[in-house]
Amino acid sequence: MYDFNYHRAESVADAAEKIKAAEDGKLVAGGMTLIPTLKQRLASPSDLVDLSGVGDLAGISVDGNTVTIGAMTTHGAVAASDDVKQAIPALAALADNIGDAQVRHRGTIGGSIANNDPAADYPAGCIALGATIVTNTRELSAEDFFVGMFETALEEDEVITAVRFPVAKRAAYMKFPNPASRYALVGVFVAETDGGVRVAVTGAGQDGVFRVAEMETALSGNFTADAIEGISVPDDDLNTDIHASAEYRAHLITVMAKRAVAAAG
Amino acid sequence: MTATGIGAAVKRVEDFRFLTGQGNYTDDIDRPNQTYAWILRSPHAHAKITSLDIGAAESAPGVVAVFTGKDMEAEGVGSLPCGWQVNNKDDSPMAEPAHPPLVIDRVRHVGDQVAVVIAETRDEARQAAEMIVVDYELLPVVMDMAAAIEGGPQVHDDVANNLCYDWHIGDKDATDAAFADAAHVASIDIVNNRLIPNAMEPRAAIGDYDTATGDHTLYTTSQNPHVIRLLMGAFVLNIPEHKLRVVAPDVGGGFGSKIYHYAEEAIVTWAAGKIRRPIKWTAERSESFMSDCHGRDHVTKAELAMDADGKFLALRVGTLANMGAYLSTFAPCVPTYLYATLLAGVYTTPQVYCEVKAVFTNTVPVDAYRGAGRPEASFLLERIVDRAARETGLSQVEIRQRNFIPADAFPYQTPVALQYDSGDYGSTLDQAVTTAEIDGFEARKAEAAKRGKLRGIGYSTYIEACGIAPSAVVGSLGARAGLFESAEVRVHPTGSVTVFTGSHSHGQGHETTFSQLISDTLGIPMESVEIVHGDTGKVAFGMGTYGSRSLAVGGEAIMRATNRIIDKATKIAAHIMEAPEADIEFKDGKFTVAGTDKEMAFGEIALAAYVPHNFPHETLEPGLDETAFYDPANFTYPGGCHICEVEVDPETGVVEVVSFSAVDDVGRVVNPMIVEGQVHGGVAQGIGQALLEGCRYDENGQLVTGSYMDYTLPRAGDLPSFNVGTHATLCAHNSLGVKGCGEVGAIGSPPAVINAVVDALWDLGVKDMSMPATPEKVWQAIQNAQ
Repeated sequence: MYDFNYHRAESVADAAEKIKAAEDGKLVAGGMTLIPTLKQRLASPSDLVDLSGVGDLAGISVDGNTVTIGAMTTHGAVAASDDVKQAIPALAALADNIGDAQVRHRGTIGGSIANNDPAADYPAGCIALGATIVTNTRELSAEDFFVGMFETALEEDEVITAVRFPVAKRAAYMKFPNPASRYALVGVFVAETDGGVRVAVTGAGQDGVFRVAEMETALSGNFTADAIEGISVPDDDLNTDIHASAEYRAHLITVMAKRAVAAAG
Repeated sequence: MTATGIGAAVKRVEDFRFLTGQGNYTDDIDRPNQTYAWILRSPHAHAKITSLDIGAAESAPGVVAVFTGKDMEAEGVGSLPCGWQVNNKDDSPMAEPAHPPLVIDRVRHVGDQVAVVIAETRDEARQAAEMIVVDYELLPVVMDMAAAIEGGPQVHDDVANNLCYDWHIGDKDATDAAFADAAHVASIDIVNNRLIPNAMEPRAAIGDYDTATGDHTLYTTSQNPHVIRLLMGAFVLNIPEHKLRVVAPDVGGGFGSKIYHYAEEAIVTWAAGKIRRPIKWTAERSESFMSDCHGRDHVTKAELAMDADGKFLALRVGTLANMGAYLSTFAPCVPTYLYATLLAGVYTTPQVYCEVKAVFTNTVPVDAYRGAGRPEASFLLERIVDRAARETGLSQVEIRQRNFIPADAFPYQTPVALQYDSGDYGSTLDQAVTTAEIDGFEARKAEAAKRGKLRGIGYSTYIEACGIAPSAVVGSLGARAGLFESAEVRVHPTGSVTVFTGSHSHGQGHETTFSQLISDTLGIPMESVEIVHGDTGKVAFGMGTYGSRSLAVGGEAIMRATNRIIDKATKIAAHIMEAPEADIEFKDGKFTVAGTDKEMAFGEIALAAYVPHNFPHETLEPGLDETAFYDPANFTYPGGCHICEVEVDPETGVVEVVSFSAVDDVGRVVNPMIVEGQVHGGVAQGIGQALLEGCRYDENGQLVTGSYMDYTLPRAGDLPSFNVGTHATLCAHNSLGVKGCGEVGAIGSPPAVINAVVDALWDLGVKDMSMPATPEKVWQAIQNAQ
């Protein structure tokens, strides 16, 4: 990797200050994407501001109908949390299926959504559940937050502090993993909350996570796999790579959505 | 059988140091005043270098030296040599283009070596390499073998139509005549997918030059250090053996990819002499993908002629084999003498004809990879036999039993050069059928159907030739080396033993298996035995480890040296116990005199050998140290039956291996736990080839599967627990009766898996499936059939 200045942030405010002061700074949470990128010399930030010392960014709490997950909470902690398993079991299951054990014990929810990898799992969960992304300066809906491939609404010196999820009436996430990387080739999160039914797809879209309105409408009236049997997403805007053509991804979206609906019950 | 003798499942003695991080790998070695090398590699598949400016790099911080191919050429550094010459049909030699360690003025694959930067630290070397300015004039690339031999762009100007050789074996006329009389002909098109080896330890090399003595030392991740010394010393750098030591310490996996003499070894050895400081190079994983030799990569058309009873009459095969951009050390023999000579398989097919065109393309060189030629042969044969059974209506078991070489027909001469010494294919198949509980298959299939899954079963009855190899035979086939092995057994004064073997362990467990041979033969505890390998400064000579040869050739050499120890010790015992030699018996570590109660322990004889106070020195020399070189009389021929069951999810195309049974005939088993482990590893790699792994280049010659983000290695979760068993017929020409077990898993399993996938989908109208059978490919095949 190229040389960079390393800073260990003491607090969220300190992190924001340091990142603002840096010429071309990067926040590092779990580093599961950033560190390999640096090692391959695909990025050369001037400064890294490490959030791992900011203790109050990690943790999970449930307050009535809301589950709040601190930005530095690892996937492993979410997967193992009795609170999450009880309130939104689909979210715990999603976290439990990210990467491998090593990744789950380093990677964080804040890092994952800030990166907005088009094949990451959390964006689908955030969109389908209607999560709120909390930063040091504001609160955004997940839909406003995820802008496009590797692109979010975050300002350069903005730090995610937590993600708030409403408890779902029912929800499930079905992931068809890329056989090599285990990222989502297609991942479909289906959820019914007070806000209605949502179907969010990750891994497949050229612009990252997206909703399937036609499926949401069909499921609103009839929450069964049969209701979306004939609904397919056009493959025009879907990814094609050596693991899956756009056509195959389109097919898998319907299959995974049906399975998610069946699993959500 | 003793607790540590032949046949005992002794735990591997080397594992403690490996599992506790105490192994000593090449990258763990640091030499005083060491520098670091970074190799600048080509980003293009094919280009002419119009200018190469190293000025800025030379003056970058920490840089000691920068060298290019022209620097090496100017000093007379030679081309990386090829160790095997295959001749064309007309007996003319193959095309053998130059392979300079650093390119002179043209790059031929992504990853080709352009220049080396040597600096005080690895980061400084890498940083400086980015300052080298290379102007590339892009040339058209040739990736497809069929296009390559039909006027495609030239990889080498002096190799017309990119054809390395056009070779054949067998009687073409007799084969064609048999086809003319056939009642039925099955035919199949096969692509044997290109694989990237992925040893756990990336390659590394340290060049060290002793200015006081002029001695060169190369530490390297090699499966055969003596061969590297010979090839690099004699052909590339012109350093005589006595001034060149090659050390291959602990090596973390090879699978064939570490047999070859690589450019980096020559570069660091040569450059260390230039700068007079040690130089370490360690590959990053990305470099492994684009610079370790790849495996397989065949395109084949095959036809099988049968009579009305399903008896095989003749097999006709045409294969295109990818050599990559240059000839690697043993590349030419893989698709010829390790492939086409196996095409009789376990069957009595009287006529076999195979022609092979070896082709240059703008890809990483291709060479032997676990199984090397035999997986390609077994995949072809077992796929076409599977097809023949389906077309003739015979069961998979019946068509095989009808065509097996009978157990009483050995030695059996095939129509393609090899003579099998032993085997019992019918019984092996029967045992596998029992192990796999074939009787319950239909019920399992029906149960799977209720869950929406398509269950299929696939068979593979394979044979391979290993224990490589009789020097006279391979010499007549074009090998430029002998393939014997050496062993020295050194008994120390207090009776402990050091064995110096030319075999090389890079995961196989030689320190355990070879110690068991000594423990069994000399009757001493395993703890009293040390196995030394991997150092030309210590071991007399060695041809190394590949082709499942370590026990059948290296182990046999150890047995011969050990028997010489016993002979010598018997002479000493006879002298001390004052009895005729003929009356001395050796058993369980004790020398006794027949008919008396006189006895001496092995250790007492050892001590006497080094304290020869009253030896008659004219007839009895002091010391107890013997060397043997063993050259086998024939290859060994492991065979076996693998039966695989899969379930296909027709909605997604996902194939799950739900059961895998393997019954392998590897001859006598010295350590059943190690054999089982070798079979497990081989089967895992075979399932990987069948379902997951596939090297992909794009049309511009860029390596698309250049990391684990895109190249799919099998993981534990992709595999079921295997049912592994053995069914031994002993090798007829070595004293141990052993055949070899390192490659059988990778050779036998891929066709069993694909035959199972085809079986699951046959009723839907899917007739064929190529490797890897990825979910999309399977789903698409189902769509196309409907």
